[in-house]
Amino acid sequence: MAEKSLAKEFSKGIIKENPVLRLVLGTCPTLAVTTSLSSAIGMGIAATLVLACSNVVISMLRKVIPQKVRIPAYIVVIASFVTIIQMLVKAFVPFLDAQLGVYLPLIVVNCIILGRAEAFAGKNPVLASLFDGLGMGIGFTAALMCMGIIREVLGAGVIDLTSYVEGLKFEIPFLKENPLLIFILPPGGFFVFGILMAVVNAFAQKKGKPKAELACTGCPMKDNCNKVCAEKESEI
Amino acid sequence: MAKRTISSSPHILGKDTTTKIMLDVIIALIPAIIASVIFFGFRALLVVLTCSISSVLCEFICRKVMKRNNTIGDLSAVVTGVLLALNLPVNIPLWMAVFGSIVAIVVVKQFFGGLGQNFVNPAITARIILMLCFAGAMTSWVTPNYKEHIDGLTGATPLGILSTGVGEMPTFLEMLLGVRAGSIGETSVIALLLGGIYLIIKKVISPIIPVTFIGTVFVLTFLKGFDVNFALYHILSGGLFLGAIFMATDYVTSPITKWGKVIFGIGCGAITVAIRLFGSLPEGVSYSILLMNILTPHIDNLTLPKYFGKVKEVKNGKN
Repeated sequence: MAEKSLAKEFSKGIIKENPVLRLVLGTCPTLAVTTSLSSAIGMGIAATLVLACSNVVISMLRKVIPQKVRIPAYIVVIASFVTIIQMLVKAFVPFLDAQLGVYLPLIVVNCIILGRAEAFAGKNPVLASLFDGLGMGIGFTAALMCMGIIREVLGAGVIDLTSYVEGLKFEIPFLKENPLLIFILPPGGFFVFGILMAVVNAFAQKKGKPKAELACTGCPMKDNCNKVCAEKESEI
Repeated sequence: MAKRTISSSPHILGKDTTTKIMLDVIIALIPAIIASVIFFGFRALLVVLTCSISSVLCEFICRKVMKRNNTIGDLSAVVTGVLLALNLPVNIPLWMAVFGSIVAIVVVKQFFGGLGQNFVNPAITARIILMLCFAGAMTSWVTPNYKEHIDGLTGATPLGILSTGVGEMPTFLEMLLGVRAGSIGETSVIALLLGGIYLIIKKVISPIIPVTFIGTVFVLTFLKGFDVNFALYHILSGGLFLGAIFMATDYVTSPITKWGKVIFGIGCGAITVAIRLFGSLPEGVSYSILLMNILTPHIDNLTLPKYFGKVKEVKNGKN
């Protein structure tokens, strides 16, 4: 692997193939933990660590794992890393554990992680997989942080990072007294998510990059499906 | 997309335009606006004007930014603004009213493609979002007080009284005229009925949805305790007439077919009664219309009319 393409693997996850806003993966944690910036950051970091580690291990084992049982094998690898991360979080940052609650162990079934294992780490060398995992994780964290900032500012009128840094708390004068509560509630999450997605799509299109591929080319299953969807598409 | 061709002549050319229909709706809303000014004072008019002007502005800016042809001339934004205002309490801070207009026009209407493309009623959705955001300001109702010559008195709505059992119910005459607590446009049933009759005579709306909607609420609340007074109070209070006549009949978000309209009206009524009698909220008209709006495409599919001359397919081996 040349160095240039390693940088490419890393940077594609941030905007061009942003897992949340372009590939629409992992939307469940995205909507659930972005009610405040601090939990969004925590979730993003935890998922990035799991993603990078599991990508590396899966990529190492890619020639050992039999094709037919690869999904259970991937899940075992991912679950081990999630368990490690969860124990570390419980031991060293207990407030984050309380904030994220059930969504921390649920990283196991986060489709970004399984999706990258299936689409990338399962067929690419170790170093490329590491960079892919890091890039995707940072893209995920960035998307979560954008949503977290918007939702916390509009819905609560503050940005509260006191749990990370003592005294780091910004209050927005008018919104503090009249918070738009809906942004903290689930429907507001969907609004912000949809609008952000539209903005990122417009941004990516303006730069001349193609639309996020939702047809067979971008499909993680493209190599071993019988092209059922392609036939359907041609009918339309 | 399916290829569309125009069939051969003769064609019927209708005189109805969007602008004309929307103008009729605005005319039909005028009695309700006048009644609100009489009962709640000029602040009611101020809220109506704020909402309609900000709605038109939002529509104009949105179409400009999205580089689409401008549609403020069809008056649909004015109708949305007025309907939204009629759904707000008279004491609402004006910036909240403006926020509601932005939600209605930008998020609900223009993000989905403008008039005819929105899948839910913009005014209803904006009201619900305002309700979720500012529960306090959205429920500080004012009771018009004509007896003691003061501008108004904050107090519970008749539905609140029905739901909690605390307070004195207004008389039927007061309820009909609109001398009761509530949002700006919902209180005067007579004014709303006048508007509704005008729309039905002008054939702008069909009476099916309002009649089935209000009828279902009446029947279901009557069945609760076999008490006619209770049922009458229920249909006269809350936003039922405003919702049934002006919101549930929105062309874009209600079924086209006759039986679809019946299902739509009954569904709205049933959900309203369920929320009023068993829910934690005193009023459910807006939520019921929103839920049925979402079901509208499915209702239309279920009630597709038979083509003229279509014969049932005969299966092989049978008949």
